[in-house]
Amino acid sequence: MSVRQSILAILDQGSSYGYRLRAEFERRTGSTWPINVGQIYNTLDRLERDGLIVKGDTDTDGHVFYSITTAGHDEVTRWLRSPVQRPETTRDELAIKLAVAVTLPGVDIAEIVRVQRMSTMTTLQQLTRAKNSGDDPESTDELAWLLVIDSLIFQAEAEIRWLDHSSSRLARAKDRGLAASEPLAEPRRRGRPARTDTPTTAQAATDGRVLR
Amino acid sequence: MSTELLRLDGVSRQYGHGETARTALVGIDLTIMAGEMVAVMGASGSGKSTLLTIAGGLTTPTSGEVVIDGQWISSMTAKQLAVLRRRTLGFVFQDFNLIPALTALENVTLPLELDSWRSRDSRRAGLDALASVDLVDRAGNYPDDLSGGQQQRVAIARAIVGTRKLILADEPTGALDSHTGEVVLRMLRHRVDAGAGAIMVTHDARHAAWADRIVYLEDGRIVGQSSTGSPEELLGAGR
Repeated sequence: MSVRQSILAILDQGSSYGYRLRAEFERRTGSTWPINVGQIYNTLDRLERDGLIVKGDTDTDGHVFYSITTAGHDEVTRWLRSPVQRPETTRDELAIKLAVAVTLPGVDIAEIVRVQRMSTMTTLQQLTRAKNSGDDPESTDELAWLLVIDSLIFQAEAEIRWLDHSSSRLARAKDRGLAASEPLAEPRRRGRPARTDTPTTAQAATDGRVLR
Repeated sequence: MSTELLRLDGVSRQYGHGETARTALVGIDLTIMAGEMVAVMGASGSGKSTLLTIAGGLTTPTSGEVVIDGQWISSMTAKQLAVLRRRTLGFVFQDFNLIPALTALENVTLPLELDSWRSRDSRRAGLDALASVDLVDRAGNYPDDLSGGQQQRVAIARAIVGTRKLILADEPTGALDSHTGEVVLRMLRHRVDAGAGAIMVTHDARHAAWADRIVYLEDGRIVGQSSTGSPEELLGAGR
């Protein structure tokens, strides 16, 4: 989980306490993903439990300082060197919406795509405007913020490209007279299907099975 | 109060007749104000290029009216229209369209020379336009000596030189890499923020997002428009 690893990476720079760690996390990620201080303390408890940090002194203001252990430092190194694995089972609400909508008779799926495209485009415009207000970074804080904004911009762009692609796919299908399936299909068999292993989303999609 | 630079009222365009007739645009209503950049998006064949050439007075609509800088072009002679285009409109193309035998400054001042400006005045206006795209130090260079991004910036300077105030851009970043494309867009945006108007045809959503308004075309019709809200709404109060 990136908050856990990020807090650990910040502690690798020196001892700190909960409230300050929260401020550091938000500063370093451009305040794009605010977290509450309770989440920070839960994370610190788990990091301490796992032997990655230790509780240290308390200052005169009552702040409890935490320090990273050797195991914690190794964990930071491993995290930075490893690729991020995206959870394959995460449901994509938009993909599910289109997939279901295309099977429903009487639904104007082209209009669904249009409405979504305009919404995502507005988001992309807002992100672009935000980026342009500080596109010449003068500090690592600003650079970090721009990296986050760029990431959100490219995600929005990717969604628009996928919507455009879907739009032309749907138009071709319509030209071929492909209609939505009307009746509810009978399940193939009753009961829980036997499964020897749990397929990933990508495997399920490749096999033509229903995404979980 | 902002000035209206372009208005399309119920513009339609059909090519061919009878069974071979093809409709490129249907009932387009579109207004561009000074200080506004509008991007036009849509699939190939959706009518984007036709819209741009009609907005630029290069193609005549089958029906509807085009008003450029307050002038109804349907009532103008070809000569009057040519003068209006030269004085009011600037075109920016994907492949720059600079004249290789002319320097950057000569390319920029060419429309002014054609409009019989005095040499000293056109030179001053050309240098001002090149300064606005940070290329005044390249005024004496020929296009072949300039990078793609620099050539497109010269094209933008040519599009806004003198009294020109409406920029019509057809895929202006299409031949440029991502970073150079953003540099060019920044220049274009800067000119718009300084009071010009721009209409930009693009396939690239990330580049269209630089516009104040985005118009979507499908089969010659406007099927949607999006415009910006506040970045703070999106990113929260953190920044």
